[in-house]
Amino acid sequence: MIQTFADWLVYDLFGMSPESHWGSAINFFFYDSIKIVILLFVISVLMGIINAYFPIDRLRRYLASRKLYGFEYLFASLFGAITPFCSCSSIPLFIGFVKGGIPLGVTFAFLITSPLVNEVAVAMFAGTFGWEITGIYIVSGIVMGMLGGWILGRMNLDRMLTPWVRQIQAQSEAETTQWESENIPFVDRLPVIIRDAWGIVRGVLLYIIVGIGIGAGIHGFIPDEFFAQWMGSDNWYAVPIAVVLAVPMYANAAGIVPIIQVFVTKGISIGTALCFMMAVVGLSLPEATMLKKVMTWRLIGIFFGVVTVIIILSGYLFNWLI
Amino acid sequence: MYNMEIKVLGTGCANCKALFTTVQQAVGQLGIDAEVIKVEDLMKIMEYNVMSLPALVVDGKVVSKGKKLSVEQVKALLQ
Repeated sequence: MIQTFADWLVYDLFGMSPESHWGSAINFFFYDSIKIVILLFVISVLMGIINAYFPIDRLRRYLASRKLYGFEYLFASLFGAITPFCSCSSIPLFIGFVKGGIPLGVTFAFLITSPLVNEVAVAMFAGTFGWEITGIYIVSGIVMGMLGGWILGRMNLDRMLTPWVRQIQAQSEAETTQWESENIPFVDRLPVIIRDAWGIVRGVLLYIIVGIGIGAGIHGFIPDEFFAQWMGSDNWYAVPIAVVLAVPMYANAAGIVPIIQVFVTKGISIGTALCFMMAVVGLSLPEATMLKKVMTWRLIGIFFGVVTVIIILSGYLFNWLI
Repeated sequence: MYNMEIKVLGTGCANCKALFTTVQQAVGQLGIDAEVIKVEDLMKIMEYNVMSLPALVVDGKVVSKGKKLSVEQVKALLQ
């Protein structure tokens, strides 16, 4: 349906030829933008509903008050996936977890998955690569959080937190004090959820358009299989290069996915592309500077190092599997 | 001396700044005698036991968290 609309708009209304570079590029641009905006809106509403019924405080209490035999990593990671990632909340959440006496490793599991799997990334992946790749992305994001959290948890890194966080940690108690929760009927919540979802769409709309615009440009103008010879799946160095290039890059998932998709059509393997994406959204310098408030540089370094290694290893796994 | 003390807790992200402006507007429109303070220091923020920002604190009590409120919503909370 969207394709029909894009065809009509570009080929009939604008009168461009489907065979021309510009025609196919502009058609691609409209089709992708519309599809992704719709998907993003729907996914944001769904996530908003889940979040309204799955408040942070309850999970925190659950994690802090029970013995979960390793499942706490899974829960923290799953929770990271469904919470909307806002850079302004990640640090308060981190401290909230530490304050509740939740082990550092479990907190890390949350911190790894949270930026990796979020509504924007999911919508962009679903819109450009389809649901299968999106599924792989989500599952591996969650597994990565668990694995990374578990490894970091075994490393006894608590002493590398900044002094004031360690102080909070020392005072942590399995609090019985209620962190006040609210009970608002669903009907009253829905307009807010929809408004917030629209807010998310509006916030990244520009990135989507610019990203797809660049993608569409490359799509029409770079020859197919252009990257195949040096970034294809048979080159062992493709994955580490992609990941190392991605870490210092800070881009919105909304802007980066359409460009990655075009790279894939031009011969970069999907596994390498997935890793690149994960490194771009999961590890970024602005995030590091924010983490500085709660961690020493050494701890940030270890954290980034462990996650980078996991992403690289998973890249080989992806390329081998897919 | 003010009658009411309103604090906007936020680490300086866009949503937090937006809430601060909204609160100022709401206070202006209601014409109440309130002091609006922006709290950006993380250590102070954490004293309020909030995990999602921006949060709104009225006279030492957390009334909203993790939401970017509209002027009308802030007004309702202040009355």
